[in-house]
Amino acid sequence: MNSKQADQTIDQAAIITIENMHKWYGEFHVLKDINLTVKKGERIVICGPSGSGKSTLIRCINRLEEHQRGKIIVDGIELTNDLKNIEKIRTEVGMVFQHFNLFPHLTILENLTLGPIWVRKTPKKEAEEIAMYYLEKVRIAEQALKFPGQLSGGQQQRVAIARSLCMKPNAMLFDEPTSALDPEMVKEVLDVMISLAQDGMTMIVVSHEMGFAKSVAHRVLFMDGGEILEQNDPEEFFNNPQHERTQLFLSQILD
Amino acid sequence: MEETHHHTPDTIGDLKPPLTEVGVIGWMKANLFNGWLNSILTIIVLYLLWLTIPPLINWALIKSSWLASGEQCKAGEGACWSVVTANIRFILFGFYPHQLQWRPLLAVVILILLLLYSQNRNHWHKSLFYGWLIGLFTMGLLLKGGLFGLEPVESNNWGGLPLTLLLAVFGLTAAYPVGVMLALGRQSRMPVIKSFCVVYIELIRGVPLISLLFMSSVVFPLFLPEGMTINKILRAQVAIIIFTAAYIAEVVRGGLQGMSKGQYEAAASLGLNYFQTMRLIILPQALKIVIPPSVSILISAFKDTSLVVIIALYDLLKTTQTTLTDPQWMGYSAEAYIFVALIYFVCCFFMSNYSRRLEKELDTSL
Repeated sequence: MNSKQADQTIDQAAIITIENMHKWYGEFHVLKDINLTVKKGERIVICGPSGSGKSTLIRCINRLEEHQRGKIIVDGIELTNDLKNIEKIRTEVGMVFQHFNLFPHLTILENLTLGPIWVRKTPKKEAEEIAMYYLEKVRIAEQALKFPGQLSGGQQQRVAIARSLCMKPNAMLFDEPTSALDPEMVKEVLDVMISLAQDGMTMIVVSHEMGFAKSVAHRVLFMDGGEILEQNDPEEFFNNPQHERTQLFLSQILD
Repeated sequence: MEETHHHTPDTIGDLKPPLTEVGVIGWMKANLFNGWLNSILTIIVLYLLWLTIPPLINWALIKSSWLASGEQCKAGEGACWSVVTANIRFILFGFYPHQLQWRPLLAVVILILLLLYSQNRNHWHKSLFYGWLIGLFTMGLLLKGGLFGLEPVESNNWGGLPLTLLLAVFGLTAAYPVGVMLALGRQSRMPVIKSFCVVYIELIRGVPLISLLFMSSVVFPLFLPEGMTINKILRAQVAIIIFTAAYIAEVVRGGLQGMSKGQYEAAASLGLNYFQTMRLIILPQALKIVIPPSVSILISAFKDTSLVVIIALYDLLKTTQTTLTDPQWMGYSAEAYIFVALIYFVCCFFMSNYSRRLEKELDTSL
């Protein structure tokens, strides 16, 4: 596959390190002893049945959820209760949500320039240039002055990706980016994600799009019951799953 | 020709929606006389209108007197609008010295012009803010005097329309941000701030405005060191702000709760801090949702300013009442109150009308 040729671009330096991380919701143990190292330029797809903790895991990486035990280090900064560190990490790690979460009261352009202007302190004009560059990239520049409510789901999700990119993040988290979309819109969003991959972006993607995983991921993780049960390169993962729950899961979604 | 092919795609595409309106008669048939019950109701209502409207017009316009004296009015049958025209200066300006009444008049005009100018959202720039500052300063100067050769006028003599507008405009514009802050405070994770806001809101909402005004004028001065006084109008103003803010806070809280978690998370994931998130993302949307209930509160607060009579301030309603104690004009309360009601109505109508326009302008859904 074309995009896989970028394999050698993986840096050995880790950008995200998670060590012995646990999380509870009240009494419920959602994440159990998670260990994960993501290298710069690496692309990881996380799959697993619903309720397995995969979304919670990536939401811990930018502290939308708080972990209770263990360590998460992003870009050399350990996540603690220190607000400054949390805000710093959030500017370095972009996130794309299942339900897009665009700001409905702002135009597409304003959605994109908000972060650069207020967080990065970029001058407005420059921020708009950056925004237009990324809107071109997700092929939606002609919609810049519309409001999110006027766009289709697929278009909104592409805008959401562009919004994250405007912050020039070092890594991107995708939380089921295509699962709220009508089927005919899934491809346009995946295409944008594939082109991001080709540019060498570090990506962690929670998704059931196995085609995407096969063509783009360096590594596929399978989670169930709050644990990472299996991880492998896509070929091995799909052709030769080791764990019986992985086999069951794959047989259910690949029928 | 292919006239038999009625259902080719072309003819279906050309179909027009069925006609629903067939002139005035058709409309009346469809809405006023559809069925015997509706027809009877329509006739009864028309009869009642016939009974009331012509005599009302007769009284208010045809047989009314506009510039007569009290005695002359007694001879006539119609409305005696003279009670308003003869006392207009007292009704509008109270005990403000007669020869200086151009000053409150000018202040009111400045206020109205500023309000009208501020309506247009395209004018919302920094310069408008400075315009308001200058305008407020000028209004204060005009009312109070004492500078630039303007004769000073004691605030005890302020009254009528300027007082009502002053209390309302300042009360409402100050109460709104205070209410927003209380609403945010009530959602705060910091227990001290949160409980302060909860106690404040619940306490104030549990007390009638009259008692607050009364406390501000009678009880509060007892706590001040001897010899120190705070202007009575200012105290009433503060009471109105405190009171209205509590109600605004609850309405705004409703709007905040209507915001989806995703909006907070999206803002957070961009690295925006709490204040930026609130100012740029949450409040603009939440406040937009609560425009209708906020305006209800503002309108009722505007009318509630008339309660300041309890602490002997001569607002518009009180000056009108006072006029009616003059033996010459005693019997004409209906005319006088209709006039005051009109002024209140115009102000309230302006507010609700404006809020509807604002809602439409801010609607970004389509």
